[in-house]
Amino acid sequence: MSEHDHHDDHGPAKGIKRWLYATNHKDIGTMYLVFSLAMFMIGGFMALIIRTELFSPGLQFINPAFFNQMTTMHALIMVFGAVMPAFVGLANWMIPLMIGAPDMALPRMNNWSFWILPVAFSLLLSTLFMPGGAPASGWTMYPPLVLQTGDAFPFLIFSVHLMGLSSIMGAINVIVTIINMRAPDMLLLRMPMFVWTWLITAYLLIAVMPVLAGAVTMLLTDQFFGTSFFLAAGGGDPVMFQHIFWFFGHPEVYIMILPAFGVVSEIIPTFSRKPLFGHDSMVYAASSIAFLSFIVWAHHMFTVGMPLSGQLFFMFATMLIAVPTGVKVFNWTATMWRGAMTFETPMLFSLAFLFLFTIGGLSGLMLAIVPSDIQYHDSYFVVAHFHYVLVPGAIFGIQAAVYYWLPKWSGHMYNEKLGKLHFWLSAVFVNVTFFPMHFLGLAGMPRRIPDYSTQFANFNSVASIGAIGFGLSQLLFIYIIWLSVRKQGAQATSEVWDNPKGLEWTVPSPAPYHTFERPPEVTTDKAFT
Amino acid sequence: MSYADSRSYRERPYYVPHESHWPIVGAVGLLFTMLGVSTWLNGSDAAFWIFMAGILVIIYMLAGWFNDVIAESTGDMYNKQVDMSFRMGMFWFIFSEVMFFSAFFGALFYSRSMVVPWLGGGSNNFFTNLLLWDGFEATWPTNGPGNMGGEFIAMEPFGLPLINTAILLTSSVTITIAHHALIANHRKVLKAFLGLTFLLGFIFVGLQAEEYIVAYQDMNLKLTSGIYGSTFFMLTGFHGMHVSIGAIMLFVVWLRVLKGHFSPTSHFAFEATAWYWHFVDVVWLGLYVFVYWI
Amino acid sequence: MMRKCCASLLALLATSNAAADWALNMPRGVTELSAETYYLHMQVFYWCVAIGVVVFGAMIYSIFAHRKSKGAEPAQFSHSMTAEVVWTVIPVIILLIMAVPAAETLIKLEDSRQPDLTIVATGYQWKWHYEYQGEDLSFYSTLARDSAAARMLGSGIDPFSVENYLLDVDNPLVVPRGAKIRLLLTSNDVIHSWWMPDFAIKKDAIPGFINEAWFRPDVVGTYRGQCAELCGMDHGFMPIVVEVIQENEWQAWLDNAKENRSQYANAGGAR
Ligand code: HEA
Ligand code: HEA
Ligand code: CUA
Ligand SMILES: [Cu+2]
Repeated sequence: MSEHDHHDDHGPAKGIKRWLYATNHKDIGTMYLVFSLAMFMIGGFMALIIRTELFSPGLQFINPAFFNQMTTMHALIMVFGAVMPAFVGLANWMIPLMIGAPDMALPRMNNWSFWILPVAFSLLLSTLFMPGGAPASGWTMYPPLVLQTGDAFPFLIFSVHLMGLSSIMGAINVIVTIINMRAPDMLLLRMPMFVWTWLITAYLLIAVMPVLAGAVTMLLTDQFFGTSFFLAAGGGDPVMFQHIFWFFGHPEVYIMILPAFGVVSEIIPTFSRKPLFGHDSMVYAASSIAFLSFIVWAHHMFTVGMPLSGQLFFMFATMLIAVPTGVKVFNWTATMWRGAMTFETPMLFSLAFLFLFTIGGLSGLMLAIVPSDIQYHDSYFVVAHFHYVLVPGAIFGIQAAVYYWLPKWSGHMYNEKLGKLHFWLSAVFVNVTFFPMHFLGLAGMPRRIPDYSTQFANFNSVASIGAIGFGLSQLLFIYIIWLSVRKQGAQATSEVWDNPKGLEWTVPSPAPYHTFERPPEVTTDKAFT
Repeated sequence: MSYADSRSYRERPYYVPHESHWPIVGAVGLLFTMLGVSTWLNGSDAAFWIFMAGILVIIYMLAGWFNDVIAESTGDMYNKQVDMSFRMGMFWFIFSEVMFFSAFFGALFYSRSMVVPWLGGGSNNFFTNLLLWDGFEATWPTNGPGNMGGEFIAMEPFGLPLINTAILLTSSVTITIAHHALIANHRKVLKAFLGLTFLLGFIFVGLQAEEYIVAYQDMNLKLTSGIYGSTFFMLTGFHGMHVSIGAIMLFVVWLRVLKGHFSPTSHFAFEATAWYWHFVDVVWLGLYVFVYWI
Repeated sequence: MMRKCCASLLALLATSNAAADWALNMPRGVTELSAETYYLHMQVFYWCVAIGVVVFGAMIYSIFAHRKSKGAEPAQFSHSMTAEVVWTVIPVIILLIMAVPAAETLIKLEDSRQPDLTIVATGYQWKWHYEYQGEDLSFYSTLARDSAAARMLGSGIDPFSVENYLLDVDNPLVVPRGAKIRLLLTSNDVIHSWWMPDFAIKKDAIPGFINEAWFRPDVVGTYRGQCAELCGMDHGFMPIVVEVIQENEWQAWLDNAKENRSQYANAGGAR
């Protein structure tokens, strides 16, 4: 191979090899996104099974054991299969384009991190067909209950290991790309917010995924090799697992929201036709959130009997997170303030994000108050809280991003009418589904139960109807993407929107297979400060 | 590399590799490994061979992948920026390893300074001791109120562990000497000290194995010896595994040195291995202090 | 099955259902601390509403007033130190206002000293075991038979026809009104959690450890709750029922219960 033929010569490889052997960030990004969408469907389907059973009191369709398997698998698939890979897919597609890099820094490893995911989820999904069924101990995998899992147990553990491995490699790639591959004039504080939030997310990932791996390893050895980490008789403690798990788990929830913060920080300025308000303070706020996320984990454990001082500490630390998050919400508001707004689909999803995430955040704050959390904990109030931050939070963030950048990927506009329809259906049904859950929780309905007392019947029916409506609306999303990818829409210009900021809008739509082989000039016109 | 230097990238593009089949081979290897070990743990003996097949595929993948990288590197396809990517990648990989160990250190600290005192009636756990574990006294080391695995003798910090500490610290010095020799292009010194380093590594692993044998046979100290046994063996075990991997890496680097690879200015693989070795060393110091000593 | 769904749909639409079925809020409960918790909950909730009104108000205003279709011209400002400081400091102050009463209530909740009566509650898959300390009285408390029958998959029994469906037990925990009751919680297998909304108590029962909780019920009555920590297949079917009786009936109940202990044991062991 001679010196200079290395990457100018080729477009994509032919056929299946293009995907199996991919090193191109755009191809890998596409694979991540498609995988994530498939997992969203599977995880959502499981949610619909849950909601169908919960439509009315009494057991109608599935037995309690299978119900618990559905709850567990639904969450694991949504968290590790749908949301996280979607963000990695967006990172793959957009970060090199946004910082003017030719590709991700470590392209082969990039491919490996992707292909580990189908392996991990094949192992996990295969447990549905095993003696004893799939894991049924909740996505939190608390011992000793999780140790009662049947043949699925080692599959659960090792698939979590693989998901961790994939995320760690993905995160390393993101960090190295952002730190090492920026176009020369792309100073750190000039980076777009999406790049910033992903950088912070990647640090969180590298810090906590190994801890999760450690925690499940201890489960494995407790089960098969006679260690006593989580066994009081041996001097261990089941609650210790919860501490280690949530040391991972709380940063994990910010892993699922920070990139969405980044997405709306791109979209709101574009459609307000005004620069992002307080770019730098947004960066500091995101960093503070990330920092605080390491010292609040035990707010998931206010009922385990921690000493008083611990409860007080974790309550105060948790409450503090509202401050930097508030800064972000206020800055978005200030960005819209005295802008000239239009309401294309990406903007609509971002606005819904703003409203509904804030509702979820405020219920999070309520959960942080220990005496009240003693009432809320493990009730549907918590389910309501986290679906508000995850569905109209993370998922809407992802969908906003897809609408925003789809024309850049496919070269064709999506169908705006259908997009708006998808938005309105989603926005209405998401509230019909999850808002009543607040009431259920406050009225005393515990989570993770397949059947409930008759007094909870009404709101459960409402929620189930909402869920089916929301689920069906998502079919529209797939259809819209399909149309755009099949080139059923106006040819997109390179800018796509009305004078958006950012390097990704300087390349043609669809973005050519290779972009920025030489670093671009970053003019202030295209940068953010 | 300073930021301003990166302007020179404009002259020389970043090397983006062609399609590669190694990642998918690696994924398949992982599939077999995990499938094998899972079914093996569930009691299928045949699964052991699936597991081994997976491991072989992974080894094949690693060899092939690194071979490609070495060929590209010696073929002068990489600019400084690519080199920097590798360095950062290695650094953050090591950081993730540090966090993996943190989980186990965390378990050690938490169980030792919280759980065991609680079982002994401390803090808000007066009744835990009174009603469930009456008579249990919170001491460390312990195999818990259930006397898991029976009476045992705790590991002494002086003796073998101290020798092992000395060995690892020495190896840290020898690898630094080797590095300086490489930079100064003293190939003989390089070969000798690099060889010495991995030998020390293997000796460490050997002594560690000896320590385990003594623990199991003479001290009744086992993985099943309650929380002390669990934390002791899991921490030292994972560390030992990392020493083994590090020593193998050193050995491979040494072979490459024999083949004439690396130059005073370009020897990333050597450095990465050295970093890894220092990381293993630092973890050991933590272990020595917190597991063996205090 | 379809019929059941339709029935509940009808129930949903019919206003004849008790108002409680559309219950929106947390019960105020029957202890001093449950009331305090309720007020704390409401206070924080009102703060959230207020914040929501301000933030959403600003958003909605700009959505309507600053839209391009109305000919709005975009301003170009992009930062303001003053604004940033203001919206950092004000939330901090609000949080402080919330933190103080929260901490006060929490400290009271944790103070289980000097109880009048101590009960050891042990979780099992899937029932509770209660032991009155120093009284030589203990028994199991299991899902009531009519609920247990109706809850089977395809049982054909309409849950609406079962009184207190899934919230009734064979042997409720009985305690005297006005006494400070201390619960010592533990478990025999996996983690369970003892939740009684009307007492504002939820505490995990963890194998190998004992957690403490306490309550002083002020009102005579029957209170219902559930196990709140996923504990396996029948997690949804291990309710908790507490009967609070008059102080002056307490001794009689106790004596009677002790006499009939064998009957209690049998009922529990039937499972
Ligand atoms: C994307 C995911 C995500 C996000 C962003 C959050 C954000 C927050 N969460 Fe949430 N949470 C989850 C996902 C998430 N959570 C999940 C999945 C669970 C359950 C896990 C399980 O058990 O299975 C959970 C559970 C959970 C609990 C445990 C409940 C229990 O089990 O008892 C708590 C308790 O403190 C909590 C708190 C918070 C807080 C304080 C925030 C804060 O970050 C929110 C901050 C935001 C705001 C406050 C709104 C905007 C701010 C302003 C407008 C400024 C002004 C505001 C004030 C001054 C108050 N969460
Ligand atoms: C990012 C994470 C994420 C996402 C996106 C969702 C999405 C949804 N979740 Fe989930 N959920 C969790 C994370 C998430 N959830 C977690 C962490 C838990 C806790 C688990 C535990 O307790 O351990 C949980 C638990 C949980 C519960 C509580 C279960 C229990 O306690 O027993 C419920 C109940 O209603 C629920 C419902 C839903 C619904 C209706 C959606 C919907 O938004 C889904 C919508 C999507 C679809 C429906 C798929 C798309 C459409 C099709 C497949 C077409 C076919 C459609 C038809 C045929 C109608 N979720
Ligand atoms: Cu017992 Cu849930
Ligand atoms: Cu949290």
